[in-house]
Amino acid sequence: MAKRKLQEINAGSMADIAFLLLIFFLVTTTMESNYGIRRKLPPPEQADAPPPPVIKKKNVLEIVINGNDQMLIEEEPADVKDVKQIAIDFITNNGKNPNYSDNPQKAVISIKHSRETSYKEYISVYNELIAAYNEIRNRYAKQKYGKPFDKLTEEEQKVVKDTYPQKIAESTPKR
Amino acid sequence: MGKFSKKKDSGTPAISTASLPDIVFMLLFFFMVATVMRENGEKKVMVRMPSADQVKKIEKKGLVSFIYVGKPIPKYQAKFGTEPRIQLNDAFANVNEVGPFVLKEKAAKREEEKPLMITSIKADEDVGMGIITDIKEELRKVNALKVNYSTKKGSVEQNFKK
Repeated sequence: MAKRKLQEINAGSMADIAFLLLIFFLVTTTMESNYGIRRKLPPPEQADAPPPPVIKKKNVLEIVINGNDQMLIEEEPADVKDVKQIAIDFITNNGKNPNYSDNPQKAVISIKHSRETSYKEYISVYNELIAAYNEIRNRYAKQKYGKPFDKLTEEEQKVVKDTYPQKIAESTPKR
Repeated sequence: MGKFSKKKDSGTPAISTASLPDIVFMLLFFFMVATVMRENGEKKVMVRMPSADQVKKIEKKGLVSFIYVGKPIPKYQAKFGTEPRIQLNDAFANVNEVGPFVLKEKAAKREEEKPLMITSIKADEDVGMGIITDIKEELRKVNALKVNYSTKKGSVEQNFKK
């Protein structure tokens, strides 16, 4: 018998198979965006905890949101787009305006909402408050170190954070 | 010149497609790696996340437990109504099951990873804060204090456009 030469496999259809798989994965891929607002909850309440320190009323920026997503800041009606500027003015007041905070370390922002307040309203207000803190910290970082906040080293970030601590208090609505 | 006969000019040579499979495979592998098969199976609630721009990306997906909050999808509305519900893994749950769920997730992780665990709340933009507050209280009780409110990346004004 004559020795037959080994037949080569035709690889021409390989591309088609690969394309088929590729299209399958293209269709099933959901690039899940895992973005979000970070938040650390306060630790659980202890029964024997000392009573909270008394904070002067001027050092608290009181934000109240009712069940219809209407907002009052220090008893004045306000809109979401105003929140950032008000928060910045409040935190960096340093005693100028007698109704706002004495200094950034003492400034506390309090959010009160009802059970009917919508999630998007809450997230929006929260986002604006974080934006206010980020802007203030960035400004301070540029002034002190000449770099934006997230380019600083860890120690430098800590200095900035201690100068402008983020104090956002939430009260739980009663049932 | 018998040995070195000149090749006959046969028009333009065909482009070799031999490397096409390689290119396609490369793309294929990219998408295979980038694909996240939803680990907790079926989604039973509708979630349209609100937008925010002061967001951080979650790096370690393995250390995140997800809590979904939203209206049940139409298929389940006859049984569960249209009020927002909580979904843990692939089942509807009550608020008081959130704590045990998080503890169970935590128990499955290695010791050094436990403090890094994050609970991500994926809630629909129209749910009330009542249910979110209840979840937060449950999380505080089990000391799972790192919370992430999942959002889309975008300006908050998009939340109020209708």
